[in-house]
Amino acid sequence: MAEVYDIIIVGGGPGGLAAGIYGSRARLKTAILQKGKPGGQAARTEDLENYPGFSRGTTGPALMEAMEEHAKSFGTEIISEEIVGLDLEGKIKLIKSKSGHEYMSKTVILAPGAVPKSLEIKGEIPLRGKGVSYCATCDADFFEELDVVVVGNGDAAVEEAMYLTKFAETVTIIVRRNEGDLRCNKTSAERAFANPKIKWVWNSVLEEIKGNGLVDSVVIKNIKTGELSVLETNGVFFFVGTVPKTEILKGKVELNEQGYIITNDLMQTSVPGVYAAGDARVKYLRQVVTAASDGAIAAVAAERYLAEEEGLHKSS
Amino acid sequence: MLALTKENFEEEVKKAEGLIMVDFWSEKCEPCKALMPSVHELAEKHADKAKFCSLDTNGNKRLAMSQKVLGLPTILFYQNGEIVAELCNEISIEDVEAKLLELA
Ligand SMILES: Cc1cc2nc3c(=O)[nH]c(=O)nc-3n(C[C@H](O)[C@H](O)[C@H](O)COP(=O)(O)OP(=O)(O)OC[C@H]3O[C@@H](n4cnc5c(N)ncnc54)[C@H](O)[C@@H]3O)c2cc1C
Repeated sequence: MAEVYDIIIVGGGPGGLAAGIYGSRARLKTAILQKGKPGGQAARTEDLENYPGFSRGTTGPALMEAMEEHAKSFGTEIISEEIVGLDLEGKIKLIKSKSGHEYMSKTVILAPGAVPKSLEIKGEIPLRGKGVSYCATCDADFFEELDVVVVGNGDAAVEEAMYLTKFAETVTIIVRRNEGDLRCNKTSAERAFANPKIKWVWNSVLEEIKGNGLVDSVVIKNIKTGELSVLETNGVFFFVGTVPKTEILKGKVELNEQGYIITNDLMQTSVPGVYAAGDARVKYLRQVVTAASDGAIAAVAAERYLAEEEGLHKSS
Repeated sequence: MLALTKENFEEEVKKAEGLIMVDFWSEKCEPCKALMPSVHELAEKHADKAKFCSLDTNGNKRLAMSQKVLGLPTILFYQNGEIVAELCNEISIEDVEAKLLELA
């Protein structure tokens, strides 16, 4: 008979890796199934300044590398698999991968995270990889001495714009809000306002991205006046939030209207023995520190569930 | 997989015959590194169907841009030196394989 895991974790971002650390340290047979390299979204941002304990001297990829190492050191198996199907109702849960493997586990922790949202404005999709990007660390080098536009004004947008100024000649941030009003934290806002490479276009949205083969300009609409203007640029970076990667969970666990997994404080989903952690959950703050926290809680809750199931088994 | 640079690109891709796949990547691109093991597996599995190459855009940026690559990861297919297909953004290895089999 194939082996049965105590905990299988779907997704190897900070949520999944923290769950792995707690699960394997509790001597539970724990595996993380992750499509490709672990690290998740956190590995895609260079400047990670708010994870406790690292005021200077770490980056997203370095922190995630350390978390992976940490999970492995306690015995978490990290297996490269993309999960395409789940059967969660029974006592033994079945997890099916794209490569055709089927894993069995007594509990499951869902930590599939989120992916960048696209606005699907005119020109965005055809010009992906041609100047339209969602990942500054991936693509910033291309824009050395060139001009780029950033769409969005939350933490990720403003912080990634700052990173882009290390490469690009100018970084123009397009903001829907009134002049001076940003959604991001105050520290980042102050730094961005002080950065001479950053330019601002207020009360505006991106209407269209133009280019024949490569991005060459954007059309910006002022939402107060309705006026359209053209700005020449070589790149457009979108940081307009994320969408949960939960398509495979539809009908399996309870999701909200936007597709986020609904849990209680113990990270329990609507299905016994199935937990969730990280950005894919309905929650107030989506960050590395809260994803890691969710992972820890989910693994401990799974451990208690396993102990109770075991107890029931013995007394019956 | 053959590592391309600006020195050998002309010879190995532009002037070469047959189907060639080029995986554009860089050290800083985490999604590229996530995809890479499965690209290597694909190259082994279909070694007879195409020539498989990778191009580290670090140091070869202008070359990448001359191929209209301005985002990573990107995978291009060349047939007798001409670009015949391209995949970029969230690339799944299944899409790469399907494209390869379609062109081979
Ligand atoms: C540009 C940007 C900048 C950011 N900056 C910061 C910052 O400075 N500080 C901070 O605290 N947070 C930051 N964040 C947010 C932070 O990255 C996330 O909150 C955190 O990564 C969420 O962790 P997670 O484990 O829930 O999910 P993710 O990091 O999204 O990881 C989920 C993983 O699951 C995998 N996966 C999904 N579905 C499957 C499947 N079916 N099969 C197998 N694997 C699957 C994915 O490939 C991914 O690796 C930033 C985010 C972005 C986009």
